[in-house]
Amino acid sequence: MSTTTQPEASSGGKQIIQLEGATVRLAGDSGDGMQLAGMQLTNTSALAGNDIATFPDFPAEIRAPKGTLAGVSGFQLHFAADDIYTPGDRLNALVAMNPAALKTNLEDLEPNGILIVNEDAFDGKSLKLAHYDENPLENGNLEERFRLIRVKMTKLTRDAVAEQGLSVKEADRCRNFFAMGLLYWLYSRSLDPTLRFIDAKFAKMPDIAEANRRALRAGYNYGETTEAFVYTYHIDPARLPAGTYNNVTGNQAMAWGMVAAAKLSNKDLFLGSYPITPASDILHELSRYKNYGVRTFQAEDEIAAIGSAIGAAFGGAMATTTSSGPGICLKSEAMGLAMILELPLLIINIQRGGPSTGLPTKTEQADLLQVMYGRNGESPLPVVAARSPADCFDVVQEAWRIATRFMVPVIVLSDGYIANGSEPWRIPNTSELKKIPIEHPGPLDNGDVFKPYLRNERLARPWALPGTPGLMHRIGGLEKQDVTGNVSYDPLNHQHMVNTRAQKVANIADDIPLQEVAGPEQGDLLVLSWGGTYGACTTATQRCRAEGISVAHAHLRYLNPFPRNLEKILRSYKKVLVPELNLGQLQMMIRSKFLIDAQGLNKVQGKPFSVIEVMEKIRKLTA
Amino acid sequence: MATELPVLTSQDFASDQDVRWCPGCGDYSILAQMKKIMPSLGVPPEKIVFVSGIGCSSRFPYYMNTYGIHGIHGRAPAIATGLKIARPDLHVWVITGDGDALSIGGNHLMHAIRRNVDLNIVMFNNRIYGLTKGQYSPTSPLGKITKSTPMGSVDFPLHPLSIAIGCEATFVARSVDVHIQHLGETLRRAAEHRGTSFVEVYQNCNVFNDGAWEYAADKKMRDDNILELEHGKPLIFGKGRNKGIRLNGTTPEIVELGSGIKEDDLLFHDEKAEEPTHAYLLSRMRHPQFPEPIGVFRAVQRPTYENELNRQVDAAREKRGEGDLAALFQIGDTWTVE
Repeated sequence: MSTTTQPEASSGGKQIIQLEGATVRLAGDSGDGMQLAGMQLTNTSALAGNDIATFPDFPAEIRAPKGTLAGVSGFQLHFAADDIYTPGDRLNALVAMNPAALKTNLEDLEPNGILIVNEDAFDGKSLKLAHYDENPLENGNLEERFRLIRVKMTKLTRDAVAEQGLSVKEADRCRNFFAMGLLYWLYSRSLDPTLRFIDAKFAKMPDIAEANRRALRAGYNYGETTEAFVYTYHIDPARLPAGTYNNVTGNQAMAWGMVAAAKLSNKDLFLGSYPITPASDILHELSRYKNYGVRTFQAEDEIAAIGSAIGAAFGGAMATTTSSGPGICLKSEAMGLAMILELPLLIINIQRGGPSTGLPTKTEQADLLQVMYGRNGESPLPVVAARSPADCFDVVQEAWRIATRFMVPVIVLSDGYIANGSEPWRIPNTSELKKIPIEHPGPLDNGDVFKPYLRNERLARPWALPGTPGLMHRIGGLEKQDVTGNVSYDPLNHQHMVNTRAQKVANIADDIPLQEVAGPEQGDLLVLSWGGTYGACTTATQRCRAEGISVAHAHLRYLNPFPRNLEKILRSYKKVLVPELNLGQLQMMIRSKFLIDAQGLNKVQGKPFSVIEVMEKIRKLTA
Repeated sequence: MATELPVLTSQDFASDQDVRWCPGCGDYSILAQMKKIMPSLGVPPEKIVFVSGIGCSSRFPYYMNTYGIHGIHGRAPAIATGLKIARPDLHVWVITGDGDALSIGGNHLMHAIRRNVDLNIVMFNNRIYGLTKGQYSPTSPLGKITKSTPMGSVDFPLHPLSIAIGCEATFVARSVDVHIQHLGETLRRAAEHRGTSFVEVYQNCNVFNDGAWEYAADKKMRDDNILELEHGKPLIFGKGRNKGIRLNGTTPEIVELGSGIKEDDLLFHDEKAEEPTHAYLLSRMRHPQFPEPIGVFRAVQRPTYENELNRQVDAAREKRGEGDLAALFQIGDTWTVE
């Protein structure tokens, strides 16, 4: 939502309008560089002090056939002078680089929104590929509904870079910088961060660097000189808490959180991983941090990835594995092994649309029941979920704290929306970060036999490391005798061990914070959410409360075990609504555990909730 | 002042657990030889880890007084790889069987070998699934009648050592469970090799596949059916040591010594040959057409995976200094809110 103030006169003869915020989407062909342009606009807006939330949306194909509807790649950015939680529902501005991009994105543009199109791309062939019978720029409909700005972007970019002697193909690749320049002018942005980016990125290709610089400036100057724009816009810096900020994606924050957790627990980080969308960026990121003692192992498959992590955990490393749903399926047997071995291990699942290969590049939250129940035998594991890109940093440290305190593998859930989205992250002082103390038993030299399954008050067993004299012991997937860890088929021992392992996970509830609630302590409706729906649910409940609706919001970080005050909270409201990007998985857990008739708001379209969707459901349930 | 190391015996490597293999199983002999060679390696028990998968052989770690992981089916090489990367100071053994290593775990075996992780992989080959009570395995011969192949197996078997050599193995060897001195010496050679050692042990399952290796194990028959490889020596076999292997073009053939054929005419064994062709040719010699070679087929040096990885870690630290969290968080463009 953007509030406007009276226009002021600007230097360039245009008038400047103050906005509270704006939602902008760049859409083009997969090869048009929209993700790069979006990231640059994001970074520039963050450096201007705005709060930001982003939503990159791209196809699974690396290069779908040029100009087709399937090949459209988009990047949505919400930047604001206010604290924001979502990348925005409705677009205030849309840049469409070709007809296919216009067709697939136009419906999200608000009435009278700014529509910038590259009119050079609206030729017969491209129109046909986008299934347009006639040129939509020519029939007057768009002008009636939107502020249409037609830009001969291809020609203007080629002219701008003419002196660089590039091929036509190379010159056309600079168009995204032209589009960026135009947006920078429109939203009163500095070119400097992107100019610095160009210097660094194209340092070895001076001609390309200069061409991109020229295209960027040409776009900016075009805005200034053309008659097409009446106003430009300005968004004040956001009123964020004081501190130094960095703009982080969820996967980046996860990787940094993993490095931090290793340092804070005085461990070397080991990642066993197999490339999979949308988790691979964590592997890429971590492989760069070898001087932090990080060892990344790109395994031959998902099973070897977790297998290697189990071996590293036995050896005493901070062992982790990252994947997405299909990979988690393959890891399931090894997850059960890690569970019965009672070794600390992080299993990080960046969820995507399923089932099977599903929608690799789209978001979904449909792996909750898989990680809760998707193993043979009684095999409960703790589950925590990140709520936003920056939150990944904290959640993964918390997961490692739990894993080592309770000697248990912990599942960390994120999703494609969080992983690829970005937001400002206040950089913590390293002294603010909580240490994660770990104890290993020392040598035993009095001839006693070491007892690997003798438990402490939390029911955690000792983490004895190979190399320690006197602690030689064998662990395995067979049921083991309490205390000694020797293989045992004794019926009562099995019952005892199954109960003990379950109780150990349940005990974690005593070690985690109580659930917090935003809004009234009791009332008509509680919205209970988890994972990436945090932003939409937060904004929707805030707005509904402003409308006078009695609605509170609880967002779960801990999904297994639940915080110990959750039941009391749930029973303090007449109704409970669980919005989820699945067909009702947390809803099922809440119903089965508490016998509470929780209602669902469910969507599986590969897209996050819009704020409006959640608000409409809240209004309906409280009408 | 140097501390005196305690003298260990094979008993120091025995765990307190009762061994539960069937009486007469070939596994006992391999366990005994393993315990016997352990003291000679000069590695204390706490520095040794045995990792296994699933199957009769994979119970092995429970019987060794070292660290151990009894893993899941086929995945021991993966578990061992992660352990060795995290803890290059440990001596890591993988105990596996023909089903565990070559069926369900084929992928992991292949990649552990080609990476040359410093593991000692010992594969007990009994040409049958024992723990699941007698189905055919990837090394069972064609036509083998088992519980799951009542009309005979139509699965073409593979040669484990050919697989290992095809995966760029740096150490490949073979021995026989009852040939105890040879077995002990082969295990010792494997332990001393830096990089992945792959050892196939012909092992008798006296319950589900008794006598599968009789031609190689029986004292009366084995001299004519196996050929002990010695580096730099000609390939000679037979009770009277009167037969040898000669190359005819690129094809091996059996020849009788004497009558114009001298030792110098025979194929000489070279375990250090960089090209694996020679070792591969030996791995293709199968009974009954040929005597089956035992001993070290191939022992060459190549950097190990964990060494190379840890070298990169050291190099990164040297170049950029020990990683500092505060510096990490400043990567990219930052801004300050007052």
